Amino acid sequence: MFYREAGQYKSTYAADMAVFPLRQDRIGIAVILAIAFIGIPMIGNDFFIATVMIPFLVFSLAAIGLNILTGYTGLISLGTAAFMGVGAYACYKLTTFFPGVNIIVLILISGLFSAAIGVLFGLPSLRIKGFYLAVATLAAQFFLQWAFVRVPWLFNYNASGAIEVPLRSLFGIPITGASASAETRYFVCLGLVVVLTWFASNLVHGRLGRSWMAVRDMDIAAELMGIKLLNAKLLAFAVSSFYAGVAGAMMIFLWYGGGEAADVFNIRLSFNILFMVIIGGLGSLIGSFFGAAFIASLPTILKFGLPALGVPLSGAAAEHVTFMLVGALIIIFLIVEPHGLARLWQITKQKLRTWPFPY
Amino acid sequence: MNAEPMNLTGTPIPAKKGEILLSVENVSLRFGGVKAISGVSFDIRKGEVRAIIGPNGAGKTSMLNCINGFYHPQEGQITYKGVRRARMKPHQAAAAGIARTFQNVALFKGMSTLDNIMTGRTLKMRRGFFWQALRQGPAMAEEIEHRKVVEDIIDFLQIEHIRKLPVGKLPYGLQKRVELGRALAMEPELLLLDEPMAGMNLEEKEDMCRFILDVNNQFGTTIALIEHDMGVVMDLSDRVVVLEYGRKIADGTPDEVKQDQKVIDAYLGVAH
Amino acid sequence: MSEVATRPAPNLLSNGWIKTGLILIGVVLAAIVGAQLDSSGTLHKVLIDPFQQMVSAPDLLVQTVWEGLVSGVLYALIALGFVLIFKASGVFNFAQGIMVVFAALTLVGLHEKGVPAFLAVILTLGVMFLLALTIERVVLRPLVNQPDIILFMATFGITYFLIGFGEAVFGGNPKQMITSELYLPKGAIDAKILGGFVSFQKIDIAAAIIASIMIAALAVFFQYTRIGRALRAVADSHKAALSVGISLNQIWVIVWFTAGIVALITGIMWGARSDVSFALEIVALKALPVLILGGFTSIPGAIVGGLIIGIGEKLGEFYWGPLIGGGIESWLAYFIALGFLLFRPQGLFGDKIIERI
Repeated sequence: MFYREAGQYKSTYAADMAVFPLRQDRIGIAVILAIAFIGIPMIGNDFFIATVMIPFLVFSLAAIGLNILTGYTGLISLGTAAFMGVGAYACYKLTTFFPGVNIIVLILISGLFSAAIGVLFGLPSLRIKGFYLAVATLAAQFFLQWAFVRVPWLFNYNASGAIEVPLRSLFGIPITGASASAETRYFVCLGLVVVLTWFASNLVHGRLGRSWMAVRDMDIAAELMGIKLLNAKLLAFAVSSFYAGVAGAMMIFLWYGGGEAADVFNIRLSFNILFMVIIGGLGSLIGSFFGAAFIASLPTILKFGLPALGVPLSGAAAEHVTFMLVGALIIIFLIVEPHGLARLWQITKQKLRTWPFPY
Repeated sequence: MNAEPMNLTGTPIPAKKGEILLSVENVSLRFGGVKAISGVSFDIRKGEVRAIIGPNGAGKTSMLNCINGFYHPQEGQITYKGVRRARMKPHQAAAAGIARTFQNVALFKGMSTLDNIMTGRTLKMRRGFFWQALRQGPAMAEEIEHRKVVEDIIDFLQIEHIRKLPVGKLPYGLQKRVELGRALAMEPELLLLDEPMAGMNLEEKEDMCRFILDVNNQFGTTIALIEHDMGVVMDLSDRVVVLEYGRKIADGTPDEVKQDQKVIDAYLGVAH
Repeated sequence: MSEVATRPAPNLLSNGWIKTGLILIGVVLAAIVGAQLDSSGTLHKVLIDPFQQMVSAPDLLVQTVWEGLVSGVLYALIALGFVLIFKASGVFNFAQGIMVVFAALTLVGLHEKGVPAFLAVILTLGVMFLLALTIERVVLRPLVNQPDIILFMATFGITYFLIGFGEAVFGGNPKQMITSELYLPKGAIDAKILGGFVSFQKIDIAAAIIASIMIAALAVFFQYTRIGRALRAVADSHKAALSVGISLNQIWVIVWFTAGIVALITGIMWGARSDVSFALEIVALKALPVLILGGFTSIPGAIVGGLIIGIGEKLGEFYWGPLIGGGIESWLAYFIALGFLLFRPQGLFGDKIIERI
């Protein structure tokens, strides 16, 4: 009743090509942004913001990155965590070399380093495809993880091998370091995620996005239409790794606040991000957010939700049950909707259009 | 659209005896020990409809693959617009103005009709990464400019109603039409059509014939066509080359080819 | 996987073997020239020194190669499980590694509960059969005809589920494999070879022998039985197999059960060399480079690939690892496979695939 395109005429191609051609969708996005920027900081406490919202934003960004590679270009990667790690370590080195430069700028620049490494490991993608490429990205995962431990230059030769996040501020308000409040960090994360999501949306709706999808759907035909496969694939690797790198830098500097990063960026994180992309929906930006929300919040929900429902669980048993449930839910989700949460969302919208009289 | 009666059957129009656009000389292609094409030569003149026919496995599709650089023949030369290219890459062929459609529809299944055809404009779009990321100003202007061209093609092929549908869900006949649209979006000088009417019913075939003739007449596009339906081939094409087992057995106007004993043997079999 | 493809090309350089040969010659030449230029520098350490070590202490070399061979056999066994399932159901079974752990854990766990060793083996086989049945019913059947990546992700789900389930039932602590109860040999044979002593663990020898017997048995099974023929038919084409009346569901259960048996044997062998623990899950990922080398559908490929990876990474770690800080075993296997793949995308035993359109 309320969600219809009836009466909304588009008289220009620009209006027709907008990302949200429907007025209702635009209103929806405005509402979501308002909640994210005003509502959550107002009602959410520090604990909620620090343990739920910031991880959600970081994972969303990483998932968008992987989605560009896997969902849009069709290249499977099992090395996302390593590329995130490159971002984190690059940011650490940059803060050491350029203490005067704003930390947000440095976080973005560290994404460029990650992009360069991503291109390097993306080079084999011209020769190899499918699962073979997945294994090639495992090489990146294990090699880079090894380098994070074995190359002391990366963590400034300190004894613990950990990244120390220094205090950096913007307009006198601390953003990173121990004295930064959860709310400030949340705003920085949110700002970065919103801007980068907008860029990603622009890219996938334009010429480059179409080239990526063409490579994904039928690479031979794409080549015969004049798309250079190597360029398209490497660009996808670069953009994807950029997003992963920024997410990794955000993870250490705005979420963890330092620590032994080499352990964080392990293969399991790579898998988790892949889950987010698949469960959220391949080739869907909004799906990346759904997937991140689902996978990132599931352990927390199970940890606090099951006892609340009266299921008593000890720490270890809870962990086991979480594993089993995550596994089972992944399978159930794949069976119910292999195209992910994004498709469910679309179907809901379709139903909504004809509600309440679907005849 | 073009309401004039078709005047192409039978006698070729003199204007079509233009200069040679593409010539194939002594091309041989092997896959390991299997010879797909052996020593085939022919040429395609500017503005004509050139048919390549032959029984299954005669090497027709391989020939097209050689022409647009997807396969590299071991022997022989392919000269396009007077330039000989030893190892042309497919994207170079595309840039030089060769477009094609495929025997088994090779559309981008996850994309809408509009996006599929827009992909055909890729080579004509110039704005770089920076503007693409912003999708404002010049990038948007460029996008709209090409959208107009694409809408003309959608108009021409009468597929307005499926503009926003994902092509994977379209019926076969429409998919073939979208594929033609995608090739046309490249504004090719030479259009290679690999069995554009395979698997279509009579009505769809007639539509497709009209489109092909219109493309040839209105845009002056040179067309190389592989087709099994002899009626279609004889009606549409100006000249026909016949392949069998990777060899050329006949070359000439439809009428000449129809009379050729070797062609008759190839299609009907020889009594031993 | 038929996705990997090369196009026929006339010039010599695109022939993988010739290119490899040329590059090898180039490397050797560069090495000689480089060694002339700085005989004490890094080049010497990387290119000359390891080989001198190999020549001067051949017993160490034999020992290293043997160690590599043994871990190679285990990689090959895991890869074998992958190949069996990939051939028959087209599923890239990520859970093979965890199936190994799960089988070993079940065996040891049952024995801890007081079940005699050999009865425990039989019961474990029963559990693996149930697992195969469940996976077919719950995962494969509803997901039939889905894209590869969806099935691949589903096996991730299986992995997570089995990790949680295994830890919940048997606990997460490392366990000892019941080696002596299964009459597996212990101890080592010290052999005098090339002027030094090389130590062969008896369990390793047993592992190699058992693995060979099992592979031979599988080969016979595939070649000469009705089910084996059906399996090969399914591997070629699901649709064609269905059309001649082969039950895909039945075949899948059999294949996953076979992979389960392979997993159990791998688990026993692996557990006998170290602990039975979930750490093996990461080690099992090494089967992936093995698969790349051997090709996803070739059983001999899995074996040869396993041996190459095993030996290659042990040699690399022992002779070159110390130069860059050690621990390179964690990624060397992937780089060996990757380097190899660039020259021969279809794997060791794959046919050159011609891209068609």
